[in-house]
Amino acid sequence: MIELMNDSRALLGRHIRHLVRMPEKLISMTVMPVAYVAVFGVLFGSAISLPGAEYHDYLMAGIFAQTMLMNVSGTGLGVADDLNNGLVDRFRSLPITSTPVMIARTTSNVLLTVLSSIAMSVVGFAIGWRTEAGPLSVLGGFGLLLLLGIGMAWLGAWLGLVLRSPEVINPVTFMVIMPLTFLSNAFIPLNGLPSWLRTICQWNPLSVVVAACRKLFGNDIATSQAGALVVRNPEPRALLLTVALSAIMAPLAVRAYRKAAAG
Amino acid sequence: MDNVIQAEGLRKNYGDRLAVRSVDLSVPGGSVLGVLGPNGAGKTTLVRMLATLLDVDGGHAEVAGYDVTRHPRKVRERIGLTGQYAAVDSRLTARENLRLIGRLHHLDRFAAERRGEELLRRFDLLDAADRYVGTYSGGMRRRVDLAASLIGEPMVLFLDEPTTGLDPASRQVLWDSITEQVEAGTSVLLTTQYLEEADRLADRVVVIDEGSVAAEGKPAELKSRVGGERLRVVVRERSELPGAISALAPIAPEEPDVDTATGEVSIELRNGVESLAQAAEALRGAGVEPDEFGLYRPSLDDVFLSLIGDRTVTEQSALGKART
Ligand SMILES: Nc1ncnc2c1ncn2[C@@H]1O[C@H](COP(=O)(O)OP(=O)(O)OP(=O)(O)O)[C@@H](O)[C@H]1O
Ligand SMILES: [Mg+2]
Repeated sequence: MIELMNDSRALLGRHIRHLVRMPEKLISMTVMPVAYVAVFGVLFGSAISLPGAEYHDYLMAGIFAQTMLMNVSGTGLGVADDLNNGLVDRFRSLPITSTPVMIARTTSNVLLTVLSSIAMSVVGFAIGWRTEAGPLSVLGGFGLLLLLGIGMAWLGAWLGLVLRSPEVINPVTFMVIMPLTFLSNAFIPLNGLPSWLRTICQWNPLSVVVAACRKLFGNDIATSQAGALVVRNPEPRALLLTVALSAIMAPLAVRAYRKAAAG
Repeated sequence: MDNVIQAEGLRKNYGDRLAVRSVDLSVPGGSVLGVLGPNGAGKTTLVRMLATLLDVDGGHAEVAGYDVTRHPRKVRERIGLTGQYAAVDSRLTARENLRLIGRLHHLDRFAAERRGEELLRRFDLLDAADRYVGTYSGGMRRRVDLAASLIGEPMVLFLDEPTTGLDPASRQVLWDSITEQVEAGTSVLLTTQYLEEADRLADRVVVIDEGSVAAEGKPAELKSRVGGERLRVVVRERSELPGAISALAPIAPEEPDVDTATGEVSIELRNGVESLAQAAEALRGAGVEPDEFGLYRPSLDDVFLSLIGDRTVTEQSALGKART
């Protein structure tokens, strides 16, 4: 266990050096979400009206969640890069297991999205976003987002290992992320949707996580009266979903890594 | 000393393509085995199986006393691997690369640091140690790679074509480091397409072709298999050729080899200096004054080519002349 932690830390150091040395990635991962907050918050904010609430308060939980979904493509591409690089052979000839290699990869991607989220919080605050819940509850909301990010990173790792080439990983992760994000309550209140579409969106697991976050942030004034399935007690279900995602995907990814590398 | 590598019936197939058919090999402790073979012979596949990187499809292998399938971890603690393509992180500096590998060998921070510095000095990389490896030349990158594979002070070192693509000077530097490592007690399995390399470094050579062992032995044994020392005579004038042939024929155990285009006659020498003196005498008697008159030892090139046969002669012709 101690060894697993030490190995993961040594390998994480490598990823962090990469991040610092390739500021393009760091910048694009910060600038893009920040631009999203500004554009969506201001643009959509003036088009979508919520009874008794501000759109940017509604938006933030959704846009954080969207950022966490970026872990799918980020980790997928990173893992493929590792696989196609001779470095995998070096790691496999060392007395370490596959697990720390994968932990370091997912952790570094999650860290990147955490940095994005911090930048987004600042911009969000600037355009008027305020949480309306106790600090512990708000922290819980961020914790839930972190769990989502970790789960998505493991999903991405597994996809990357199964698909292997960036040309395939890009479209596939896009097809995973897009419907999850847009057929959900992340950006739009579901009340106005036709009922069949609303049903789909309510069953989208991401909606549960976003609803839970909103509630924990105290940003759910506008939606709490809708009485929809998704907003009734979403927190335990969101916790279960995100933890289950990691619990299922992490072992799958580690196994896929071992198999991919052992050809 | 016991064998540090012992493989029996080792097999690997990719789909229905047999990359390694059934390879037996053994490497006694402290020795160097050269695995020689043309492109696609299965050298890399073999090394990857022995280094626990690739699952074995048949047969079994023990490296450093442990079964590669059952105890890969134990094997990994005792081996170093320099793969065919440098496995270093090009976005880290050499110093950082070595430190990372040291940490992953579970050296503590200071020990990893110390070992890294030691190897940087030994491989003459101190000046470039803080540059990204991505900016290195091929030869420097190879040196970092070799240094990385030595961090764990391996008992067995695998080198997959360690000098392919290097210029003669870099090759020499690498050869010297390998020799030094062997003198320090490390056993080495080295694959190569350069026969000279096997000749220089290996105690024993295994020639593999299409996934099977085609020949095995000490470099000298393999050479004697294609014949012993030969005398090579090149006449000055084409007209002297018949005279030279008839002078040399009685001394030769077999028909002399003649190349009319170059005016070259060669015969096998059975009795060393004795035959050499006889040949010189006979040529003088026949009034032939040769341009060249000298001993010629078959190289591993000749072994390789006579084993691999005509199939690769055209590809390999740059390496030497075929004698089949
Ligand atoms: N991952 C793979 N999938 C399918 N076939 C493979 C794979 N790796 C190797 N092969 C095949 O197995 C055979 C042996 O390959 P290998 O790389 O071991 O040869 P090699 O002796 O190392 O050649 P080279 O001198 O070119 O490095 C080749 O025919 C190759 O095409
Ligand atoms: Mg090879």
